[in-house]
Amino acid sequence: MTEIQIYFNNIWLAVYTAMVGMRLTFLHLFTPAVTIQYPDVKLKLPERARNRLYVNIDDCIGCDQCSMACPVNCITIDTIKGTPDQDLGTTSTGNKKRLHVPVFDIDIAKCCYCGLCVYPCPTECIVMTDVYEFSEFDRKNLIYNYSSMTQAEVVTAKDKLRKYDEEQAAKKAAAAAAPKPAAPLVAPPKPESPPPA
Amino acid sequence: MEEVGKTILKLIPLVGDQLSEYAVLVFLIGAAPPLIFILLYALVTLYTEMKVSAHIQDRVAYMYTGYHGILQPVADILKLIQKEDTVPDSADKFLFRLAPYLVFIGTYAGFAVIPFSSAYMGSNIDLGAFYLIAASSIVVIGLLMSGWASNNKWSLLGAMRAAAQLVSYEIPTALAVLVAVMITGSLNLNEVSKFQDGGIQNWVVLGGPLPILQKILLIPFTLVTFFILFLAGMAEVNRTPFDLAEAESELVQGFNTEYSGMKFAIFYLAEYANMFLVSAVAVSLFLGGWSSPFGSFMSGPVWGVFWFIMKGMFFVFVQIWMRWTLPRLRVDQLMYTSWKVMTPFLFVCIFAVGLILVL
Repeated sequence: MTEIQIYFNNIWLAVYTAMVGMRLTFLHLFTPAVTIQYPDVKLKLPERARNRLYVNIDDCIGCDQCSMACPVNCITIDTIKGTPDQDLGTTSTGNKKRLHVPVFDIDIAKCCYCGLCVYPCPTECIVMTDVYEFSEFDRKNLIYNYSSMTQAEVVTAKDKLRKYDEEQAAKKAAAAAAPKPAAPLVAPPKPESPPPA
Repeated sequence: MEEVGKTILKLIPLVGDQLSEYAVLVFLIGAAPPLIFILLYALVTLYTEMKVSAHIQDRVAYMYTGYHGILQPVADILKLIQKEDTVPDSADKFLFRLAPYLVFIGTYAGFAVIPFSSAYMGSNIDLGAFYLIAASSIVVIGLLMSGWASNNKWSLLGAMRAAAQLVSYEIPTALAVLVAVMITGSLNLNEVSKFQDGGIQNWVVLGGPLPILQKILLIPFTLVTFFILFLAGMAEVNRTPFDLAEAESELVQGFNTEYSGMKFAIFYLAEYANMFLVSAVAVSLFLGGWSSPFGSFMSGPVWGVFWFIMKGMFFVFVQIWMRWTLPRLRVDQLMYTSWKVMTPFLFVCIFAVGLILVL
């Protein structure tokens, strides 16, 4: 092309391509918007979406496996041993509960939603839910306390354990003091026996 | 009202004695409608721009403030009023404060000669179109002033670009206006609109009310001229694809980088007012101004206002539409477009139109 042809061709292309673009945007003006107006309309989450953790404390046996699996140490568990005379019940999966769980705290602000705590749980009591709206004004509110034990219950449980331990220690001492042949005759305490007054 | 006039007279010590109270009153009543129009129009356009840009990108824009976010412009204005109005420490404070008002004055002064209807026109001067081109040059001073006074390299770069751009594009604008003036034989925009009255076939873009042979010969040239006038007008408003003066991706906000609060709002208002001004000029010169497209049907002073604003708003919409379609031009492309494309084309148009009119 000669230079003058290039000149006119460029002008033609500039006008024509601008028109093509404007036609496209004009068509988009009337296509329905793809916006999802979030607080009003919510997208359905995938079935295995990992969001806020939930602990069904009734099923927790206090095994501490979730806490150990957590890569960011956001789960804090404290347990009190149940004395043999107490029946702590069973979980919905049939496991026998042997420990009180006075502290089961999850610092959800630290949680990285990896889901590693969910897999080791023998009773499937720690699960990831589809709740993702839990912002707080105070970071302290993001530490969730799942334990259902009241302060009084904790004190009672601790007292019981201490008494039981003392008893056991006393029995042991007595057994050690007793003559050797008598030792095998001492029966171990039965869990079904009534609590000592 | 008479007392208001007197009070205002006292504020103008030099000229005040020579004017009567009524002159000031007439002046106020004459000057107020465009200002009221600009303020209301800015609200509407703010909303339109956001909605159009959103829908072009398949979004929805404001949805919460009122029905489909209709009150959002009001909320925006309230926000701007409350905002802190900062002046940079090392800025030239007097010029910095003066610049936004100068930009707005330059635009507002242009509205004086815009015929909103056959009955209303701010100032019925015979050199209307000429005055308009002169008055809109004040904007350049304001932009350059704001950029220089900000003492900021982005602002200065933006202001320099704005000045270069506006000065270059005034030439195609003036030449395009000249084409319309040659056909209509008047610089008074009201006379120009009157010339085109009587239906769509009399509009200058379609050859005006001339003998049929002349009309047909004129149409290609008037169409090209109208197209160029509109594009040159867009360049004078500093909007994408000609927004080099603001160029967010390169210069933050260009000349108004340092502005905040109400001063920024006034820049914004001036930009929107300017959008309507260039549309209004294109409409009154080429598309019949306030005249109805259906001849005597729906014509008259009141319908005139309706038609004028409708036509103006349509081209404001086209500007918004173009803004959200086309990318920004490079500086050299901008200058190329003005000096090597628009100006030669307009010279050809002027020559051809002159020849045809002599026929």
